[in-house]
Amino acid sequence: MVVRQQERTELDDREVDRIFQALADSTRRDVVVRVLGDSERGQSVSSLASHYAMSFAAVQRHVAVLERAGLVRKERRGREQIVRGDVTTVRAAARLLAEYEELWRGRVTRMEQILAEPEGDDS
Amino acid sequence: MTVVSTEKDTEALTLTIVAELAAPPERAWQLFADPRQLERWWGPPTWPATFYEHDFTVEGRAAYYMTGPDGEKAGGWWRFLGIDEPRSLSFEDGFADTDGQPVDSMPTTRARVELQEIPTGTRMTIVSFFRSSAELEQLAQMGMVEGMTAAMGQIDGILAEG
Repeated sequence: MVVRQQERTELDDREVDRIFQALADSTRRDVVVRVLGDSERGQSVSSLASHYAMSFAAVQRHVAVLERAGLVRKERRGREQIVRGDVTTVRAAARLLAEYEELWRGRVTRMEQILAEPEGDDS
Repeated sequence: MTVVSTEKDTEALTLTIVAELAAPPERAWQLFADPRQLERWWGPPTWPATFYEHDFTVEGRAAYYMTGPDGEKAGGWWRFLGIDEPRSLSFEDGFADTDGQPVDSMPTTRARVELQEIPTGTRMTIVSFFRSSAELEQLAQMGMVEGMTAAMGQIDGILAEG
């Protein structure tokens, strides 16, 4: 049996919570504004860190919170970590996971059919 | 309906699906251990899978291709990471080229399968792990998953035919 799901374009409560929690901090809001303003090239973590009176590691942790909320993406360019703004990631992830769910529901249905066959029937 | 629950975690990038199967774990195990059974459920009906390699050992490799409605082929590979018959199994799943060689630039996913005995048979828990949201996006952009999902819409029709 395949359960057709409605395409999810809305965020669920937990996702919304994470986004609001991520944006509750003024440094993180500032990081988002900076990287969204330069989403083509992105900004390295070290250049972001130069704007704040805190350690590189502390800035990295803020970026990690934003990354978990799906607000930014981080990628490696040479020795640098580049941060880019990405407000669509959470939605894309949720939609793709929903599609994987359907894929696996189909697989489980086929497993059941195989298990329902008489023992020793290899056809 | 034997799928008991599903859970999507967009932070950890996992999909968990729990199903109850009407057979003991030893029998359900064969769905993975026997490539002839495996290929009957892995691919959607319109993209049936053929496993031509299946080294069911830790660090062993499986290779398969799926054949589309117009005869086009999509290759894939598994690498078995852990095997504990008949309780748990984990493997990595990736894309392969036409020669069955892994395509390293493509995303891979990891799956962990757990089979637990219950009075009615087996409770099966499958967790799929994605490495990064960037890879999820890459998968989405390729449209492969969408295509496979569309193909799965035909399962109901096949079931109705008996």
